[in-house]
Order: sequence, then structure tokens, then C-alpha cells
Amino acid sequence: MLAQVDTDFQEQITNTFEDLSNGVFSSEPESLQNWRKEAFSAFMDLGFPTIKNEDWKYTNVKPYLKSNFTIIPNLQEIQNGIPAKTENFFGKELSAYTVYVVNGKINFEKSNVPDTNSVRIQEISESYATDGFLSRLKCKRDYSINPFLALNNALFTQGIYIEVEKNFQLDKPIHLVHLSDLDQEYFQLAKNVVIARQGSHFELIESVENTGHNNFFRNASTEILVEPNATFNHYKLQKGSENIRMVEHTEVEQQADSQYNNYTFTFPGYQFVRNNLNLALTGSNIESHMYGLYLTGGKQLVDNHTLVDHQQPHCESNQLYKGIMMDKSRAVFNGKVYVHPIAQITNAFQQNNNILFSDNASVYSKPQLEIFADDVKCSHGSTIGQLDPEALFYLRARGISESEGRSLLVNAFAFDVAEKIENPEIRELLENEISKTMTGVEY
Amino acid sequence: MLKIKNLHASVEGNEILKGIDLDIKPGEIHAIMGPNGSGKSSLASVLAGKEEYEVTEGSIEFEGKDLLDMDPEIRAREGIFLAFQYPVEIPGVSNIGFLKTAINDIREHRQLPPLTAKEFLQRTKERQKLVDFNSKLVNRSLNEGFSGGEKKRNEIFQLAMLEPKLAILDETDSGLDIDALRIVADGVNKIQSENNAFLIITHYQRLLEYIVPDIVHVLAGGKIVKSGTKELALELEEKGYDWLKEDALNKTV
Repeated sequence: MLAQVDTDFQEQITNTFEDLSNGVFSSEPESLQNWRKEAFSAFMDLGFPTIKNEDWKYTNVKPYLKSNFTIIPNLQEIQNGIPAKTENFFGKELSAYTVYVVNGKINFEKSNVPDTNSVRIQEISESYATDGFLSRLKCKRDYSINPFLALNNALFTQGIYIEVEKNFQLDKPIHLVHLSDLDQEYFQLAKNVVIARQGSHFELIESVENTGHNNFFRNASTEILVEPNATFNHYKLQKGSENIRMVEHTEVEQQADSQYNNYTFTFPGYQFVRNNLNLALTGSNIESHMYGLYLTGGKQLVDNHTLVDHQQPHCESNQLYKGIMMDKSRAVFNGKVYVHPIAQITNAFQQNNNILFSDNASVYSKPQLEIFADDVKCSHGSTIGQLDPEALFYLRARGISESEGRSLLVNAFAFDVAEKIENPEIRELLENEISKTMTGVEY
Repeated sequence: MLKIKNLHASVEGNEILKGIDLDIKPGEIHAIMGPNGSGKSSLASVLAGKEEYEVTEGSIEFEGKDLLDMDPEIRAREGIFLAFQYPVEIPGVSNIGFLKTAINDIREHRQLPPLTAKEFLQRTKERQKLVDFNSKLVNRSLNEGFSGGEKKRNEIFQLAMLEPKLAILDETDSGLDIDALRIVADGVNKIQSENNAFLIITHYQRLLEYIVPDIVHVLAGGKIVKSGTKELALELEEKGYDWLKEDALNKTV
């Protein structure tokens, strides 16, 4: 039980839960209070995951929790009227409805919220009475493989609720900018809920930045519902301060005829990132695309775990994850596809390609396919290689410098992920960032 | 233009070039012939700056500068071009984009302003015609899915675009049918001038019917064993290489 973390932190978790249960939680709906208790006791049984947990085998979180973290500072006092010190974050130049979430709370003054009743953007704590919100929030999840989620559910007090109304098409993406600027070592627990109502169509971008000088741990979870015939493009732009460590847990339920596209791009910066992306395809004729690029540097650890759960026939899922590991960085890709017996005529594809850019970098790639239907088309492929020295020489022999040549080759490698990005501005931003990152890197 | 003196080079400790002397002047076309494994392609690789080759002795001067001191890209910018025997396929890197980068890097090195989009387009169109290179291929990924002949033609197209001072053609003729060979040779003849020079490496005399060399060298066992006029190529075609090898052997004894 929590043996691997320092006892102070364990005590803090217990105390925080007790304080909150007697405080803010007591005014929450009873069903929510019970659900929190369940999550808390699950976490107390499980503790933070260790490498003995198969889902965390190559990702030892212990070093990242070894800080003097404060779970919930008295945010009400800190937040009142205080904006983030700086607004520098990756993706700043994108034209979007930019919503600043400062230390977990929306700063409406600075934000540019879409001027329509068809899009709802509000605090979670004000959303409990909203139709369908609670049932989405409380979806049953397997805590044994996700102890961070149990902790998140037990303790979160902050988060954003976004809902886009039936058949509404938003003209620009919503850009959620999660900023933190606290002076203490902050362990953030954030919860987001996103509901794309029937036939709606919109894009969501997420950036995370910490402008404080201390370590920052973000334990975030997002529950997403994509209703019939809705299309939702979800971009995660992961680049920022080295003092950021984070676990981002994303659960998506897709209903019939819907489309969900996830783009997760991770660049050098954040010390540790674990992305869990779980898709449940609960209707027919669903399309899901998951594109990931992790370009890691320094001593970074980036872990992408995906699950696509094909529960109904006639659906298509497609995963393409590419990685370039530099310096002493490490990456993990674990992609699981599960096809239920009734999910006939399923097309499920998965591809993971990696380039090791340094002798000290490493990557663990694990495709997992569990198929219980017989009329399916499923494929997976995993490669780990190095940049082709012949290709680099060819470019140099034409007058192109070594660093420029390398940048060209890495862009070419990443090209088929980047080209899938529908939003041209985001595509350009990411392509430029790839070039910038790779120029001047020693191979 | 190019002065090679007593060049010795080895790969993984095996000596491949064992004392080569070669002097190429502007306006000249030199051909290097020789049996397989004689070191022809190694010479091309050493000139282009391939890192696996270690020069153990001798010197190479290019326009008075020490070539061996330069990185491959600097050699290219100074005006050396190698048409590869096996051009690499690079999916995702556009043929035209990469050429634009290369041309402007070369121009910057020579303190020339970058080509404008219009100038570049014009040059592309013109040179494409010169070497009869399909415009569809120009816009594709570099050599991706090209046939053997298309790849070789792309090398000549790049040669025409980059305007080098010294072009080395490493077995550009191998694997080409007679029509493709003629197109490649025509291209070279159109590009050839008083100010540039060519070093044509080939196993067969066939190419030299279309590109007429000023001097033919025979490379065997890592050395130039004989040099002569274009008639030497015909003689080699008739007699093969064995008589030269024996000749060379007798000389060293």
C-alpha cells in the first residue's frame, strides 16, 4: 500500500480526501460522493503503479513522484483574480477560441469563448445538474491498470466541461490552455468532460505549460462522449517546461456513425508524459483515427498507451504512431486492439515506427491484438531502426548540410503522421517544430 | 582543376586504392574503365567524401584547395557532383524541394543570392527538357518508386540543375537500355563545356560511343595501369582486361 511513495505524501492524500469529504464534496450529489469513496479505497489498495504492473512495466513513475508535492493548495485564495504571469505556451499563434485554464480554473477575462449558446464551456463544479453530465463523469473504469485515475476521481476539485450542441458546427477550434504558475511543487488533479452532441462537428486543442519554477505534476483525466454522427478532432500539443510531469488519461465513447480523431504530438521538454487513450466503439459505422508523434530528447520519458475496443460491427480504427528518440530519452508504445465476437466486418490497423537517434536512447514497442470475430481485417506493424546513413550521404553530396539533411529525413519520416492533420495551421506549426527540433542535433 | 597525387585509400583496413595519380583540366572528359573490384567506384566515393573510406596517403587538390579537408557538402558546394551508381529512394523528401535547398546552399557558399521562385521554376523547366525528364517525376518524392532508368535520369537532371564544375558519373550506364543511354549521354553532351569537366566511370565501352572522352584510364588492382586516347576503350572491349593485369603485374615485379 503506497509503499513506494514517501509517507508524507501518503498522509497528505488521506488527509486531503478527509478534508474534502467533510468540505466541498459534502455538497456534491450523493452518488458522486459514493463514487469518490470507491475510487479512494481503490487507490489506497493499489497505490501508485509500480513496474510489476504490466501496464507500467517500462514506466517507473517513482522518480517523478519524488518531490515535495502539495496536492491541493488553497486554490481559491491563490486564484482570485490572479492571471498567469506569462502566456507563453506552445501553439500560441493558432487561431482558435483560446480558453485559459489557470491553475485549474477558467480565466474568462482573458479567454475568447465562442459567442454562441450552442457551445458550453464551464467549470465542472458548476455542471453537476447538467443533463447527462454526471453519468458521463461516473463511467465505470478499470482502476487496477490505472491507479492514477482512481486518485484523480477521488480527489479532483477542478476541471472543465465542454458541450457542443446537436448539429452545431464550430468555425474555429477551441484551444484549452492549461497554465500553472504556482510557487510550490504542485500536484494537480484535473478532470475534463467533453460531450459532442449528435451531428456536431468541432476541434479541440490542448496545451499544458508551467511557468512556475518548481516541479509540477499533472494528473488529468478526460471523459469524452461522441454522439451519433458527430465528428470530433482532438489535438494534444505536448511541449513545454522541463519541470512538467504528467499523466493524461483520456476515455472516449463513440456512438454510431461518429468520427473521433486524436493527434498527440510530443516534443522535447516535459520530463515525463504518460498518455492513456482508450476508445470504446459502441455503435456501428464508426471511424476512429489516432495519430501520434513523439520526438523525445534529454532524459525525457514518453509513454503512449492506447486501447481500441471494437464492440460493434462495421467500424474502422486506425493507429499510426511514430517516434524519434534522441539523447538519453526513452519512449514506450503499447497499442491494444480488442475485437468483440459480434464486431464483424471490423477494420483495425495499427502501425508504430521508431527511429533511435542516439546510442543512449531506447524504445519499447508492444502491439497487442485480441480478436474474437472472424470476419475482420486487422493488421499491426512495429519497427525500430536508425536514420539511413546512405540517404544522409546522398543529401550531403548535393550540398545540403548534415544538420539540414537530418532535419529533412526526420521530417520525411514524420511526414505521414503530420500530413494526416486536417487543420492546416496546426500542421504547419508541427512541421516547423519538427524541423526546428532536428536542426543542429548530433547524430 | 582536379589533381590527385599518389592516392591510397582503404575501407575497414583493406587497401583499395594503391597510389592513383590523375590530373583533370577544365573542358576535359576523362573515362575510367576497369574490371569489377578494381577500385573504380571507390575512387568516386573518396572524391565525394564518403566517410567509410580512409585516405592513408597522397593528396587531392580541387581548384588549388585541399579536397580531403572538406566535408561532403562543402565539396558539393565547391563544385563536385557525384552521379550515384545506386541512387537512394527517400520517401517524404520532395525531389524539387530538396533541389531547391541544395541549389541555394551551393549559391550561398559561392556568395550568390538565392534563386527567386521564378528563376528556379524556369531553370527546372529548361533542364528538365534538356535531359528529357518527366515533369511528374520532378514533383514526386526523391526517387521513390522510380525505375532504374528513371533514377539514373534523375541523377543527370540534378547534375543539370546544380551546374557543378566537376561531374563524376559512377556507372551511370549500368542497367540502362540503349534509348535511355542515348538520352543520358545527350544530356551530358549538352551540359559539357569549356568550364566544366567530367569523370566517367564505366565498365563498358558502350557509353563512350556517345560521350567521347579525351583520355581513357584503365584502373586495375587499385592503380591506373594504362592511360590513352579513346581508342584504348575499343581495345579493351576487344581484348578484355586480362592482358593489362598481367602487364601491370610484370611492371611491379
